[in-house]
Amino acid sequence: MAAKDTVAFLQLKNVSKGFGPSKDRTEVLADINLDVERGEFVAIVGYSGAGKTTLINLMAGLSTPDTGKILLDGKPITGPGADRGLIFQNYSLLPWMTAFDNIFLAVDQTYADWDRDKKTAHVERYLEMVNLAAARDKKPAELSGGMKQRVAVARALATEPQVLLMDEPLGALDALTRATIQDEIARIWAETRKTVVLITNDVDEGILLADRIIPLSMGPGATLGPAVDVSIPRPRDRKAMNHDARFKLVRNRVIEYLLGPGRRSGEPQAQGTASVAVRTDTVAA
Amino acid sequence: MKKKLHFDVATYALPLLGSLIILAIWAVSSATWSKNLPSPSKTWEVSRPFIVAPFEKRGELDQGIGRFAWYSLWLVAKGYTLALLIGTPLGFLLGRSKLFAKGLDPIIQVLRPVSPLAWLPLGLVLFEKSQPAALFTIAICAMWPTVLNTALGVRSIPQDYLNVAKVLQLSPAKTFFKVLLPAALPYMFTGFRLSLGIAWLVIVAVEMLTGSPGVGGFLWQEYNSLIYEHIILCILTIGLVGFVLDRLMSMVETRLRAS
Repeated sequence: MAAKDTVAFLQLKNVSKGFGPSKDRTEVLADINLDVERGEFVAIVGYSGAGKTTLINLMAGLSTPDTGKILLDGKPITGPGADRGLIFQNYSLLPWMTAFDNIFLAVDQTYADWDRDKKTAHVERYLEMVNLAAARDKKPAELSGGMKQRVAVARALATEPQVLLMDEPLGALDALTRATIQDEIARIWAETRKTVVLITNDVDEGILLADRIIPLSMGPGATLGPAVDVSIPRPRDRKAMNHDARFKLVRNRVIEYLLGPGRRSGEPQAQGTASVAVRTDTVAA
Repeated sequence: MKKKLHFDVATYALPLLGSLIILAIWAVSSATWSKNLPSPSKTWEVSRPFIVAPFEKRGELDQGIGRFAWYSLWLVAKGYTLALLIGTPLGFLLGRSKLFAKGLDPIIQVLRPVSPLAWLPLGLVLFEKSQPAALFTIAICAMWPTVLNTALGVRSIPQDYLNVAKVLQLSPAKTFFKVLLPAALPYMFTGFRLSLGIAWLVIVAVEMLTGSPGVGGFLWQEYNSLIYEHIILCILTIGLVGFVLDRLMSMVETRLRAS
């Protein structure tokens, strides 16, 4: 990574995190170092179960690292805060509240001193931003997966955080809905220029949306690989992805790391890993 | 059309048939081996004034069955409210704190199966009057399903919802009213319904032992006065009221689960 004159906006320094009692403890993340600049869109791409959610929970302040430090704007993160918005993997909307109320709950807390009309107008503005004005009074059970995720996006954006953390936000959606919401995220990011950390298992999603893609190696003891810059101008055309050389280059570099050095972590290999290795060897032979 | 007709036969005709069979067994029993058991027609005859004027008060011990049921319901309502007021917070504590749950669970398991007949004398010793002793007995017998189901409901709240509360930095009060309570409510209501059933079960025993006016008290008094017809009247009334209470609660419960 190029040396910067100023300190990065979001910094992770030698962060590690494990779970379980000391005897049979699993090291999930080891030696994570990451600098995210203000206004930058970073995608972290990694294997399922590698510890992606653990990593984003650390940044969100839902858990604390065992070692190392996480700094936002130079100040250590000690817990959840209004400066960071989190979009959960499974939407996590409260099912007994309407779309409006789910977002209102967040706005009501963050802007406690506003009057009710102002809060309502604010919520409605964000519902419109994600094209859900019509679903204002629907409960999550009446919404499709894509609509639910839009509400979750609006909820996270409505508190106007400085950093938006997304934990595989589109993982549960079908391919077409996924594409639509990817485009929406790209548009909203262009409008708001938030600092974003997107966690995903989809390399193409990272290429479409991010300034920089950082692969996360396979666990246990997962760590970040070398960053790949995505210097393709926006808006990016998803139809060009299959033949544009720049897309291919980025994709190959990320995948090369994930299948190469990123697949072998420092720790003894898990059962599942071994079976994958055997399969690849067979193909190679 | 035919299907619909079939459905009606199953829901109305079969229970009617069942009741007729029971009536027949009853009538035969009273006519043959149990001479003390009043026949169905005799029971109806003697009970009639209590049913046709259910809320009439002719004297302290001579009142319509509706009036007696009302006294019992009122006592149950008070004892049940007490059970919920104690049981719900206790359930929340059990559900939220592992330490609390570990310490209290064995005690609950031991106290839960104790009969109301055993609690009432202790209530009389503690409070010296029959009314508070009755409330104590109803509350302590009826609260366990509320305690256990509330605890289960609180324990079953998905971690995701708790994370939402944390990430949005909701205040403890908001976390409670906007997240914990609505998430646990369906479970809690199952507990409330079961608790009400027990409270109604306990009332008869309590009234018998304390001599309070009500269906149970009336039943015991009429047994002592050798008016056996009224025992059957009371049993049917108790069953019917219990059935209606349970129906009402499960209607609310279904609505809660649906939303």
